[in-house]
Formats: sequence, structure tokens, C-alpha cells
Amino acid sequence: MYVWVKIVSVLLLTTLIGISSLEASDRAFNLGSIATSQQVKGWDIDVRPDGVGAPIGSGTAFDGEEIFAEQCASCHGDFGEGVDRWPELVGGEGTLNTHDPLKTTGSYWPYASTMFDYIYRAMPFGASQSLSYDETYQIVAYLLYMNDIIDDDFVLSDQNIGSIKMPNQDGFLLPDPRPDVSNINSNPCMENCNVPVKIIGKARDIDVTPEE
Amino acid sequence: MKFSRRNLIKSLAALGSVGFSTKVLAQDKSNPNNLPPNLPEWTPDLGAGVDENPYGSPSEFESNVIRRNVPWLTASSQSSVNFTPLQDLEGIVTPNGLCFERHHGGVAEINPTDYRLMVNGLVNREMIFSIEDLKRFPQVNKFYFLECAANGGMEWKGAQLNGCQYTFGMVHNVQYTGVKLSDLLRETGLKPKAKWVLAEGSDTSGMTRSIPIEKILDDCLIVWAMNGEALRPEQGYPARLVVPGWEGNMWIKWIRRLEFGDKPYMTREETSKYTDLLTDGKARMFTWVMEAKSVVTSPSPEKPILYKGTQQLRGLAWSGKGKIKRVDVSLDGGKNWRTAQLHAPIMTKSLVRFTLPFEWRGEELLIQSRAMDETGYVQPYIQDLQKIRGKNSIYHNNSIATWLVSKSGKVDNVRLG
Repeated sequence: MYVWVKIVSVLLLTTLIGISSLEASDRAFNLGSIATSQQVKGWDIDVRPDGVGAPIGSGTAFDGEEIFAEQCASCHGDFGEGVDRWPELVGGEGTLNTHDPLKTTGSYWPYASTMFDYIYRAMPFGASQSLSYDETYQIVAYLLYMNDIIDDDFVLSDQNIGSIKMPNQDGFLLPDPRPDVSNINSNPCMENCNVPVKIIGKARDIDVTPEE
Repeated sequence: MKFSRRNLIKSLAALGSVGFSTKVLAQDKSNPNNLPPNLPEWTPDLGAGVDENPYGSPSEFESNVIRRNVPWLTASSQSSVNFTPLQDLEGIVTPNGLCFERHHGGVAEINPTDYRLMVNGLVNREMIFSIEDLKRFPQVNKFYFLECAANGGMEWKGAQLNGCQYTFGMVHNVQYTGVKLSDLLRETGLKPKAKWVLAEGSDTSGMTRSIPIEKILDDCLIVWAMNGEALRPEQGYPARLVVPGWEGNMWIKWIRRLEFGDKPYMTREETSKYTDLLTDGKARMFTWVMEAKSVVTSPSPEKPILYKGTQQLRGLAWSGKGKIKRVDVSLDGGKNWRTAQLHAPIMTKSLVRFTLPFEWRGEELLIQSRAMDETGYVQPYIQDLQKIRGKNSIYHNNSIATWLVSKSGKVDNVRLG
């Protein structure tokens, strides 16, 4: 009995080693399964600034006006002006260096690819990934047109979305310069420190804190 | 101190004085029938048996300890945020039901049987992992804080929200159980050109962020448990990404995919959001790390001082760059400081509890705390940050807050200048 079990175990072990060495090659734990190209295609929806990942399709602002009115305007307004607290999508040029900056797709977003990627994956709010690729190109074209970046007959497509130059493309700074304050490796003051102790503002006076 | 009879008498005398003559805001709402020498009402009868409440919940007398939001901040509750009640918590563990929530399209409901994590792009093998696959990898158990980059974002221009919860509560700290990505990626292999990862959620917002591969291989995790139980749905059940020390937006919940590429993806969340606008109209991008910060959780606007005499000031400190080395506390608006006691365990990229006893005689106080981390970084004043970044940054406000204690014991969030 013992010998039999031993033989079976050895056989089993040999088989397992055989399989794992075939399948696993350099895999450490032999966990998970290989993804088929079809599986990857279904989930790989991102679009990069250089246009990599942009799905085949096209659209103009002229075509986009109607779909925008149907799918987007209830929150963003017919002209991207924003309804209630929902985001404005148009305007804001020249405001980024003021006290009241307005960050829109036109004034702030550095890449048209990001508009396509985000609208396709997350919009309309509550019905994401329901737009067709063509509809998404149309909506992006409409927003670019409303922001004076392209003409209304410009055909936006997977071929050219990576070459649209956005007004604020050069508005971003890299790398992160922090720590950007000077108090590094210093011995902070412990006694009789020279700091302002005058109260110049109270949250209670602003009175925007939710009440219990 | 020896516990002599004389000391005992002195202690009792002190207690008596605290309980009566030094009351400020406290109202005694006790039912005298339950107080000595009477038999309290809960003593004679049997209480609830086991299984009355199979999961368990806090005492009904703790029903005010909840997450809260600021309704005017956002257009919808599905794309919104609420805040951890830091003022009511002790130690460093945030209970799972009190961890603040930030969703961009509401909470995804996922049956773990149908959960899959895909790894694709510049890998040797594009692969898919089930939740059971993930749990068969070598596991790690690690405490980390998670802080939203916009924590304190409403306070850039001045003291705006009158609460510890609303001004500091976009942070929580739990123990995660999961697999190191450096282990998981031994299954897929990496191509030499892989420099960036796109992490993608499977909620309706399809949340995405680009993360440099050095960070992914250093200490990032895919986790399925927090504080010993499965992730809460609102924290990404059944699996989320953990990016220790870096802004919470990157910790993709309900994670479904990791794509490896040679460039960043420039998603909406790292271009139009989570970029720090400066006064000249330029904006910083990829500002990932959460720098050292601290807050006094009590006294605080929600935790007024009720009695004169002995007080135990408590607070929390944390740094995305490592361990907290020291926390100083000032009671006079930053003129004089005392070093607080740090309570073990002091772990890297985790909240640390500090306390400081003090006597209060009914005078006005301006309470501040100042954290230092192991890199030598000292938590700055808001003016230090404003001088360099202006007032429109929204994100990464790690400055020192000031709580004004008035003579009545009431506490207010104030700005000094």
C-alpha cells in the first residue's frame, strides 16, 4: 500500500513539475491565467496624448452639437456653460493667473486625448461607456470648437487626436519641486518665537459649516 | 509617586474640585437614580444575548461618531466626499465604517466571484487574476495612512470650516492585507521599456491614474482586507491599490486593470484635477507625495474644554515620506512650544498618536501642532505655502492649523496673521 502511494505521488509530482515547467517558465508562483487578446481589447480603453489607444472613428463639431444637447447639456448646459454646480466646459481663457481661475477643457486641459478618454470611460454621468466611438469624437470636436480650438467642419479622428495642440498644453510644471519650503533640517524655534498671533479670520464668521 | 493615604486624599480632593467648582461648558445630565449609592437601572435585568447583533455595532450612545459631508461642496452625492470624525477617535486605527469616502461615480457593487484583475501592456505575459488567485500569493499586513490630496483644501484662503472633521478628516489609517505588486508582477514579467503603470478602476467613473514603475515596485500593494476583514464596498471591495504615502486619488478602488507603458497616460485625474495651480497660471503636475502634517484632535471645534484643570491634549501626525520623528505643541499661537509624547507603534507612512497633558485655568489659548518627519521636514505655516504656491492650489495644504480656545472653553478654527 505504502509503496503504491509513493509511486503514485512520484508520478503525480513528475507530471506537475512537467506541466509547470512548460507553462510557467520564469513565473514564480504559477498563479493567474493568460489573458487573450480579445479579453484585453475589451478592457483596454485608455487613450494617450500621442493618440496611442484611440479607437477607430471620427466626428465633427457640427455633428456633435445634437448629441451634446441630448447627452451632456442637462448638466453642462447647451454651450458648456455648466448648470448649477456641474462643471463649466467652455471659456476661462486668461483666468488661470487671477484670483478666480476658471479651469475648463479649453482653458486648462492639456490634451484632447484626455477629453476622449474621460468622456468615453465616464460620461454621461451614470451611463458610462454607452457612447459610440464616433459619438465620442463628435462630442470632443464640439467642445474643441466651442473653445475656439478647431473649426466646426474639422473631422476629429483616431488619426489626428494625438496632434491637436491645446492652449494650455505647456501650462504644467515637472518635476514636483517639493519640499519647497525652507524649513528642512532646521531646528524649529521653541521659545519666544517671532510669529504673528493676531486672529485675522474665524471659520465661525464665514458660517458655511454644516449644522448638526 | 507612592500611593500613600495622604496622596489618595489629595487626589480625591482634586477630583472633587474638577467635578464641581471648575465646570465651564459641561452640563451634568446624569440620572441621579443610576449614581452611587443607588442601583443602576441596567443591573437587575438580563441584557441582550449573543447573536442579538451578529456583526456588532457601536453603542447607541456613540451615534454621533459618524462620517459627515459638506453638501455645498459637490453637485451630487455620487461624486463627492465625506470626512472621518478624527475628533472622536483614539489611537491610530480608523474603524472601517468611519474611513472617509471619496467616490467619482458612487460605490460599485461587485460580487467577488466575478472580480478580475487584468495586467496588460509592456509585460511578458498579459494575465488575469481572480480574487482567489490574489489570495494565494505571499501576503503582507501593513498599516498605512490614506490622505486625499484635497484634505484641508477649503482652508487655503482662510479659516473656512469650523471643525476638525471638515478640515482634516480626509485621512484614515488602517491595516491592509494584500500582495506586493513586485510579487504579483513576477507572474507577468516586465518588458525593459515599461516605465509607467495605468491603474484603472471598474466603477462607473473608470478612475485612472499613472504611476511610475519605481513606486509600483517599491511598496505598492493590491489589497483585499482592511483592519482584519474584507475591504468595505466604499473602500474598493473586493480589491484596491495601495500607494503608501502618496495622494489618495491614486489608490484606485475596485481595481480592474494595470497597464504598463513607456509614458504617462495623462488622465483627467492627473491633468484637469490633482494639479496644483500657482499664481502665475502655471500648474504643478504629478505632485504625489503627502508631506508631513499633524492636527490636534482634542481640544478642537467639536471637542470644547468642559472643565478647568487637568487636560489631555491629543492629536495625530503623519508623513508620506517615512516616520514621524517629533511633534511640538503650542498653546500660545506658536510663540512657545513643548514636545508632545509620541505613542508606539511609530510606523512609516502611518498615523502616529501624540498626547500632551496641560493645565487650563480658563485663559484664552491658541493651540497649534507641528510635525517633523525623519527626513528633517518641518510642517509649515500656511503663509510659507502661500508665499510659494499662492492661494489657488486646492491640493496639498499640510499647514499648521490654529484652534482658538475661548474663556468659556469653546473652540474655534481661526487664522492667524
